[in-house]
Amino acid sequence: MRFNAWQILKQGLSGNRGWHPHWRKPDPKPDYDAIIIGGGGHGLATAYYLAKNHGLTNIAVLEKGYLGGGNIGRNTTIVRANYFLPGNSEFYSHSLKLWEGLEADLNYNVMHSQRGLINLFHSDGQRDAFARRGNAMLAQGDDAILLGREDVRKILPYLDYDQARFPIYGGLYHKRGGTARHDAVAWGYARGADQRGVDLIENCEVTGISVDQGRVTGVTTTRGQIRARKVAIVVAGRSSQVAAMAGLRLPIESHILQAFVTEGLKPVIDHVISFGMGHFYISQSDKGGLVFGGDLDFYASYAARGNLPGVEQVMEAGMALMPMIGRAKLLRSWGGIMDMTPDGSPIIDRTPIDGLYLDAGWCYGGFKAVPASGWCMAHLMATDEPHPVARRFRLDRFATGDLLDEEGTGSQHNLH
Amino acid sequence: MRLICPCCGWRDRREFTYMGADDYLHRPVPDAPPEAWDEYLHNRTNPAGAARDLWYHDPCGTWVCITRDTITHAVTDGTRLEDAQ
Amino acid sequence: MRRRDSGGSALERARSLSFQFDGRELQGFEGDTLASALLAGGVRLVGRSFKYHRPRGVMSAGSEEPNALVELLRDGVYHPNIRATTQELHMGLQARAQNCWPSARRDVMAVNDWLSPFLGAGFYYKTFMWPRAFWEHLYEPLIRRAAGLGRLPQSHQDAPHEKAFAFCDLLVIGAGPAGLMAALTAARAGADVILAEEDRQMGGRLLSDHGQIDGMPGGTWAAGVVAELASLPNVRLMPRTSVFGAYDGGVYGALERGALHMAAPARTPRECYWRITAKRVVLASGALERPIAHPDNDRPGVMLLGAVASYWQRFAVDPGRVVVFGNNDHALATAKALAADGMDIRAYIDPRDGLATDAPFTVYAGAEVIGTRGRHGLQHVTLRHKGREFRMDADTLALSGGWNPSLHLACHMNGRPVWDDTIAAFIPRPGMVPDMEAIGAAAGQFSTHAALESGARAAAGALDALGLRAPECAFPQAEDAPYAIQPLWQVQGKGRAWLDFANDVTTRDVALAAREGFASVEHMKRYTTQGMAPDQGKSSNMGALAVLADATGGTIAGTGTTTFRPPFVPVSIAALGAGGYGKSFAPERLTTSDAQARAMGAPMIEAGLWYRPSYFPQADDRDWRDACNREALHVRNAVGVCDVSTLGKIDLQGPDAARFLDFVYTNTMSSLKPGRVRYGLMLREDGHVMDDGTCARLGDQHFLITTTTAAAGEVMRHLDFVQQAFCADWAVRLISVTEAWAQFAIAGPLADEVLGHIFGDLPELPFMGCAPVDLGAVAGRLFRISFSGERGYELAVPARYGADLFRQLVALAEGLGGGAYGMEALNVLRIEKGFVTHAEIDGRVTAFDLGLQGMVSPRKDFIGRAASQRAGLTGAARLQLVGLRPVNAQAEITAGAHLYAPDQPARAAFGQGHVKSVCYSPTLQSWLALALVRNGRARRGERLRLDDGLRGIRVDVEICNPVFFDPDGGRMRD
Repeated sequence: MRFNAWQILKQGLSGNRGWHPHWRKPDPKPDYDAIIIGGGGHGLATAYYLAKNHGLTNIAVLEKGYLGGGNIGRNTTIVRANYFLPGNSEFYSHSLKLWEGLEADLNYNVMHSQRGLINLFHSDGQRDAFARRGNAMLAQGDDAILLGREDVRKILPYLDYDQARFPIYGGLYHKRGGTARHDAVAWGYARGADQRGVDLIENCEVTGISVDQGRVTGVTTTRGQIRARKVAIVVAGRSSQVAAMAGLRLPIESHILQAFVTEGLKPVIDHVISFGMGHFYISQSDKGGLVFGGDLDFYASYAARGNLPGVEQVMEAGMALMPMIGRAKLLRSWGGIMDMTPDGSPIIDRTPIDGLYLDAGWCYGGFKAVPASGWCMAHLMATDEPHPVARRFRLDRFATGDLLDEEGTGSQHNLH
Repeated sequence: MRLICPCCGWRDRREFTYMGADDYLHRPVPDAPPEAWDEYLHNRTNPAGAARDLWYHDPCGTWVCITRDTITHAVTDGTRLEDAQ
Repeated sequence: MRRRDSGGSALERARSLSFQFDGRELQGFEGDTLASALLAGGVRLVGRSFKYHRPRGVMSAGSEEPNALVELLRDGVYHPNIRATTQELHMGLQARAQNCWPSARRDVMAVNDWLSPFLGAGFYYKTFMWPRAFWEHLYEPLIRRAAGLGRLPQSHQDAPHEKAFAFCDLLVIGAGPAGLMAALTAARAGADVILAEEDRQMGGRLLSDHGQIDGMPGGTWAAGVVAELASLPNVRLMPRTSVFGAYDGGVYGALERGALHMAAPARTPRECYWRITAKRVVLASGALERPIAHPDNDRPGVMLLGAVASYWQRFAVDPGRVVVFGNNDHALATAKALAADGMDIRAYIDPRDGLATDAPFTVYAGAEVIGTRGRHGLQHVTLRHKGREFRMDADTLALSGGWNPSLHLACHMNGRPVWDDTIAAFIPRPGMVPDMEAIGAAAGQFSTHAALESGARAAAGALDALGLRAPECAFPQAEDAPYAIQPLWQVQGKGRAWLDFANDVTTRDVALAAREGFASVEHMKRYTTQGMAPDQGKSSNMGALAVLADATGGTIAGTGTTTFRPPFVPVSIAALGAGGYGKSFAPERLTTSDAQARAMGAPMIEAGLWYRPSYFPQADDRDWRDACNREALHVRNAVGVCDVSTLGKIDLQGPDAARFLDFVYTNTMSSLKPGRVRYGLMLREDGHVMDDGTCARLGDQHFLITTTTAAAGEVMRHLDFVQQAFCADWAVRLISVTEAWAQFAIAGPLADEVLGHIFGDLPELPFMGCAPVDLGAVAGRLFRISFSGERGYELAVPARYGADLFRQLVALAEGLGGGAYGMEALNVLRIEKGFVTHAEIDGRVTAFDLGLQGMVSPRKDFIGRAASQRAGLTGAARLQLVGLRPVNAQAEITAGAHLYAPDQPARAAFGQGHVKSVCYSPTLQSWLALALVRNGRARRGERLRLDDGLRGIRVDVEICNPVFFDPDGGRMRD
């Protein structure tokens, strides 16, 4: 069934009784050409592009809980392409282009909203760093505008320009940056993959990865053994545990990142804003809640919940940047598990085991990467060659020193 | 969240700076092969459950090896690094 | 609805208050909430619903309220989403309905209600996709405008808010019968007790109930207990305080409401955010009543039975003609008690058969409410009884679908509650939160007797764990009625039946979600938005998942709950972020010369947490560049003075101090002679440059090292780590002395003359020498080091003498044709000399990249050595530090620009590097830059195009030595 306004009208007039499940609920088959462990955004996108771009449809996505229940279902929904290191820049640029065609491609409204992202800076040094970034974005063919303090004031009049501890010097404006409805991205990819014949299997936890003479042969699950010649690990927040099933030790440490939403409000923040001195970023959802977050809680954790010091740091930054926010009330806070790599950039690569692939280490930036990650991971699995825009996301780059340290904070898992 | 400093006792998490897993204590010998350094610096067991990691108690300058659980956040022990090797 | 002539235990009838709602003048009493005063004033319609803009009225009497969210005037602006049910009335209060235009009675957006067949769950995922550009420009703005609730004013929120810490042996959350009993038991045993209660009054349901304790009204018993608790020094009573979250280590977040309920708050903070650390916790948060999902159950006038009782008893609100629709014994008992108290109860309707009919009103057993009428307020109720459907006039329909234990806090640490069939609700499991015990109604024990008993028992358990002895107390007598319930999750019939009133989710939406495959409870929640509104589904989640279980053929226990997350009630960001507004966001670190620099008119700029002078303006300056040029030339031609105290200073002592420094620096410090200083480079263990600075050997076993301002904390932590992790048995100790010393650079050809005035007899110091000096009675330190490239010194004195010394040095320099210089000139001077700062040391550079490979000792181990030898960190592919000069010396260049070969486009594939720092050099009469260029050192003399597309600057530049000025260093050395 194609989704469109006509269909809504037709169904609405007939009691909405004709809608069908957005995807099937098949039982696992004993054998697939490829298995993707993890039914989050990246796993579902990988399945979708394997089917669509490479004609591989005898594949399954295995999800231990419900589809889209990991970080795709609990992030702050920001979509942007404002990286500056070669290796990152072309990848996120590619991702943004995919976002721009995603609704039409999936026939699912993921509400990708290019409302513009403004990164604020608060010193000459920060301006220089953002100028470097903006020029890299232009060189990549993306958009960037350097705003002065008064330019920012015109666009964001409600920020604190007078009392602030760290005055606003200006901002880097990325007009094509924005947000999307996170759950819909997972559901849209799921529906698209399902329509192309991919089996999406929920409540199916992988408990073992079978390897024979250096080659992957399948997986053991809570719903039985499943054979496959290719297996992909796409399990943000559990990468280390699943990789360990194949005897791998990854350059990953898992951390907590909290996020927050306020009660619904009439439109007040029309952009995505990020505060350069307080690790704070905010946008307003279409439902009206202000969605915002800050830094990691800064300790290894799988608890998917955080603590008050992290909360306070974010709230104080919000009060420092836009004191109007004080009248809004925090409605809900939650935590996601971030698989942090030493240099803050991800891994899309083969592993030392033939047929076993890894898509991991998205730190706290995985949401905007979903389309390109799926695209490149599908390419890698189908061709056994890295996609050109993801060729630097190598697993061995820490050993070789070919790092992608966008923040310059060094090879320590908790610093990015 | 509260952590144990061997000098100061149970203190608020706000007083500590986190570093990472206690792997950092096991620095390879200078002429160890590159793989040993890669393991030391980058690869982690990243346990879901019992873990030992390193925290700096900023007010007193003591580095502490904390034993805790990464799923429940229960903290059970904190020792000086020289006692944690 | 109207006010009864007497009664109202919460009211002070002597104190009448006037207030406004939607411009209408109304009267209430001290003790009223806004909701009770509105109801008493006959106002039933208080706002419009989120999606369909349906007329809505007050439903509850507590913080779980889904409907009655209003805008409240404070400090001249309306604050959004204020719960009328918890907002206390005060003189002159002004509030208005929200999410409606032009008014709550006539709301244009109510058209959505007519379109509801097309606006069911998830409709927006299926449309608004074409044409693409319409999303941002048409569809999304329309959706955003229709959605949302209150309006957030854009002016700054700067009313005072506080935050505080508290500690206790026992935290009791909730002051109903269970909480009071627990607090009393523990308090009498001498434990430090905090008793937190959301309401203004303590007593919980005893304030609304009709039951008795020890032969007296429950409210009277509660008042006695509260009075005793208040008299004990080991008890802190916290009314108006919502404990909103359970966190690790026995830490609880709580919000205390302050000046919000005052007409003219003096200095009282509006709210205070508490962090309470408790050894043991008793969760006595009671239970929340459930509505019943019957058709048209959302009109103003449809309320929860417990709320009707509370408004009657505490606030003397007469609900008019009441029909009660319940499914449990408690509902029938309450209806009887209210009728006995004079309430006009017309009927009691219950789906259960065989109920005793000894009530003073008609009891319809085996009956259901199947519809209501009344556009802006309930007019009549339609019920089905024994196959017959008929209408009944009513002003109020009171619903009681049973009670849900208020177990939210027990679930904040990922624990999942268990289903209890006997009360048809989820209850907490023991141990879900360490050291917390849920008691009373929060644990599913609904009788007053059970509440009191569990309170006493939980307190005894906590006392035992604390090593205290529980006192002997007489146990009060109270009702112990059984609670029987027959679950009723939805009533079939024509019309929509609401589950989530706040987000307009009906039973049909849940069924649709199930039909479309969103059958897991999380999928249903996300697809329908059930439970995502300001009330977080407090009264509706249970019903929704029961309807989902029904639609999918599963059990409620198997369907499970969604995740409970903090905060339990919404908390203002001003409270959680108290202290973040304005200057107090971060500490301000000031140097000893700060006041003098400001007195000289210097604009102060942020350098980390420090403030440093940017430049020292003079009257005839055209702009800051004039000042900067003047100050730089002062240093080159006469003498300048600059406060460099913000650099980190670490004092190291001990027999192994030299050995330790050899281990943390790339170069060797053990060969340094006492009285000499050496430039040093530190790497991170990953092989990249962490920081640079100087290392002075003050004595054989005594060193003083400096760090950059930015890295001072990081370096101190790092050195402590290396020492404690790898060198614990070495005899070396280190301590930060950054704030202990004020330190000033005196630089320029006339620097010796300035110091000559200070010392009379200037000690002879070689370049890179250091010595203790006496300034009268003050012991100082003198270093002959230079960050400007001129002959220069840094003079350090104990911080308390800094201000005087700075004034003296500046006066002396000015007398010699020089003066103070600020950060701008300092930056020019260091760029002219190719000295790097954290602009260049951006975390990604190696010693090799900076051309400092000569400082990396090949003969020893040091932190970062092994990793720095990785193939990727050396070689021609690396970006290396170079100097750049524009071909036209006067062409302005910019930091952050990228570099390309002159004939290649500004595309990523052709990038050659980028510019790190720029300045205009008044000495060399040229723009200069430090840049990182691919294989740059081998490319000196090559031309590149500097391209700053962001700012439209394109300038041809030539690669050169990064040391632009005095490359052999004679000026500072000789």
